[in-house]
Amino acid sequence: MQNPTTDHPIIEFDRVNKSFGDLQVLNRLSFTVDPGERVTLIGPSGSGKTTILRLLMTLEHVTPTKDPAADGGVIRVGGQPLSHMEKGGRLVVANERHLRQVRRRIGMVFQSFNLFPNMRVLRNVTEAQVHTLGRSKDEAEAKARELLDVVGLSAKVDSYPSQLSGGQQQRVAIARALAMDPDILLLDEVTSALDPELVADVLGVLRDVADTTSITMLIVTHEMGFARDVSNRVMMFDRGVIVEEGAPDEIFSDPREARTQDFLRAVLAE
Amino acid sequence: MQTGWSNETAREIFPAMWDGFIVVLQVTVVAGLIAVLLGLLVAVVQRVGHPAAGRTVNAVMQFVRNTPLLVQVLLVWTATSLYINPDWSAFAVGSAVLGVHYASYTAESYRAGIEAIPVGQWEAATALSLPTHRVWGAVILPQMMRRSTAAVANWIIAMFKEVPTLFIIGVLEMISQAQKYQGQHYTGAVEGYTIAGLLFLAASYPVAVAMRRLENRLAKSHY
Repeated sequence: MQNPTTDHPIIEFDRVNKSFGDLQVLNRLSFTVDPGERVTLIGPSGSGKTTILRLLMTLEHVTPTKDPAADGGVIRVGGQPLSHMEKGGRLVVANERHLRQVRRRIGMVFQSFNLFPNMRVLRNVTEAQVHTLGRSKDEAEAKARELLDVVGLSAKVDSYPSQLSGGQQQRVAIARALAMDPDILLLDEVTSALDPELVADVLGVLRDVADTTSITMLIVTHEMGFARDVSNRVMMFDRGVIVEEGAPDEIFSDPREARTQDFLRAVLAE
Repeated sequence: MQTGWSNETAREIFPAMWDGFIVVLQVTVVAGLIAVLLGLLVAVVQRVGHPAAGRTVNAVMQFVRNTPLLVQVLLVWTATSLYINPDWSAFAVGSAVLGVHYASYTAESYRAGIEAIPVGQWEAATALSLPTHRVWGAVILPQMMRRSTAAVANWIIAMFKEVPTLFIIGVLEMISQAQKYQGQHYTGAVEGYTIAGLLFLAASYPVAVAMRRLENRLAKSHY
């Protein structure tokens, strides 16, 4: 695995709040992730892990603060505001055009794959390359075939997603996300919807990606073995705040906080 | 005045009824296109348009759905004749009213088709930053069509059977033809209406069977 560079954070959460109605999911959350780092987010359901990924993917929007420059509430990617944009020297909530531009650096693999069922595997992987990145069809197909080969699905290019197993669909989804050459890859419980015997294939592919690329990864998972192998850092969340963070060995072998200990005991007992 | 069935009269009235049937088909094509395309536009506007536009469209569609077609036909025909252009043909006005009326139903079928698409599809399209026209054209509409095609086709078949309503404004469809013949010959009502019924049956039954096959095929398709 490559060593992360520490010039400037690729992801920065600066006192970010996120509420759904009366429910505050993130509470002035601040953290940074360096380029190339692999960070696993752990914690009980509702602790805000998935919300962090969804905010980064712009599928959710931060709860705005009055004065972002002073009060925070801003997410930055590569030093550039993601949730906000600069207008007249001030930070204002980002519009769709800004979001579209900034989120191109980010890819996401979803728990339920979310492949386009009306498209064959190859087109699932080429569609956004052609229409978002403006690659030629030939270039996009070559890239798609290469990535489908990496995830072990060269033989399935002409299949529809419904003709694939869950594990195969998730591997196509990984190829689809990687085809966009993201700087940041968000993995949201990517094995939770899979039968146990299919989990290993998907994790194997992700281990390869982690070993052979320098993509920054944010991982939400209950696969603690995978988290331990792949991550540089583990962050334990509860009620929208970071309870504890550290190297995987520290967190998994010698957690300091009682809430982390309880959580790990419950997860490992499953 | 002849009161029973006469083969002679049936033979005589048939060409006029056939002409009326062709008019029915023409109205169905024009009104069907309006119903299919306008309904789709309404469903998309309700989903992505400005909330005020969505509410306005919704109110208009509610009005159209909840008032009788006959009232709409007479109202629009009278209003266009009096206030817009008395030269507009009954065919054009009737087809437009019928098309808009059924667009209010097809829009509901499209809306249901769009709402049935899992939210993950929208999220994946967002995560890939697909341009809006691709989100709709390549992801949402193809999946919606699979879900909505059978329902929309059923509305078009229902609409086809309502074309005779337009006889009230003088569209020369089959009922008008039968009444015209009867007015001239004092006979032919039984034959004319029977032929009209048989022609409707001959046209709509195969379409209904084809639709059932299409539905089965879509159900077995890979997505």
